[in-house]
Amino acid sequence: MHIPDGFLNVATVATTTAISAGGVANAVRVTGKKLGEKQVPLMGVLAAFVFAAQMLNFPIAGGTSGHFLGAALAAILLGPWTGVLIMTCVLVGQCLIFQDGGLLALGANVLNMGIIGSFGSYYAYRLFTSLLGDSRRSRLIGGFAGAWVAVFLASTACALELAISGASPLGVVLPAMAGVHALIGIVEGLITVAVLSAVMATRADLLALQTIQQEGETK
Amino acid sequence: MKSKWWLVALLICLVVAAFSPLASSSPDGLERVAEDKGFIDLAGGTPFQIIADYVFPGIGNEAVATIVAGVIGTLLLFGLAYGVAWLLIATRRKKLASHY
Repeated sequence: MHIPDGFLNVATVATTTAISAGGVANAVRVTGKKLGEKQVPLMGVLAAFVFAAQMLNFPIAGGTSGHFLGAALAAILLGPWTGVLIMTCVLVGQCLIFQDGGLLALGANVLNMGIIGSFGSYYAYRLFTSLLGDSRRSRLIGGFAGAWVAVFLASTACALELAISGASPLGVVLPAMAGVHALIGIVEGLITVAVLSAVMATRADLLALQTIQQEGETK
Repeated sequence: MKSKWWLVALLICLVVAAFSPLASSSPDGLERVAEDKGFIDLAGGTPFQIIADYVFPGIGNEAVATIVAGVIGTLLLFGLAYGVAWLLIATRRKKLASHY
C-alpha cells in the first residue's frame, strides 16, 4: 500500500507530511519517557520482522497480491506510539534504500500505515480484550480484529488521499481499495494471531510488559 | 541463553527474509487498483535507486539478489530500530543524571 510519488498533489503531500511529522515527534517523546530496557531489542526485532514479512507478498483473488503490514503486531506488543515509531523506521528504510513508497509520499505512508494503522489496531484490540475479558483467547481475537482494522483503515485513508489529490474519484477508488484490503486484512489477521500466539507460548513475559502510552491514557 | 532471546528472534526474521523469492509478483492492492482505475501512469520515477524493488543490483540470479536485499534490509531495520530505542534510553538517562 506504499504510495509512490506522483499520486498525491502538493496540498495532500504538505498536509500528510505535517501531520506525520507531529505524530512521529510525539511518538519519540512518549516512547522516550516510557521505554524499558527489555523493550530495546524487542523494538529492533519487531522492525526487522515487519520488514522481512512485508517482502512476502501473498496472492489474493484475481492476479492481485497483498503483503503483511505489521502495525497491529507492533502496537499490541509495545503500545500505539511505539508502534508508530517502529512503522516509521520500516517505512523510512523502504523509501530511502528500497525505493518502495515515494520520498514526497513518505508522510502519507507514515500517516496511513504507521499512525492510522497503529492506533486503529490498538483501540480495536483494546475494545475486544475489554469486552471479552483478559484471556489468551480474547487477546488472539482482539489481535485478529486489530490487524484487520489496521489494514482496512489504512487503505481507506489512502483512498481518501488519492481522491483529494484528484488521482481517481472517491466513488471509484474508495470501494476498490476498501474491497481488496478487506481481503488482505484477513491474512493480516491470521499472521498477527500466529505471531502473537508464538510470543505467548515462548515469551509471555514480553506481553506482560507495560505497553507504552501517553500520560493520561488508560491502561 | 535467555538474555539472548532476540538473537533467536532475529534469526527467525532472516529466515523469513530468505523466503522472499517465493513472494507473489502480482501487483499489490494499491498497484492493482491504480492499474484498474487508470491512474498507475501518474507514478513518477525516483531520483535515486539503491536497492530498488528489493533486488540487489549486480547479481545475475534474481532469487539470490532478492534474498541478499531481504537480509540486508532485515539487519538494517533491526539496527535502526534498536539504535533509535537505545538512543531514547541514553537521552533519558542523561536528562535524569543532570537533574541531580
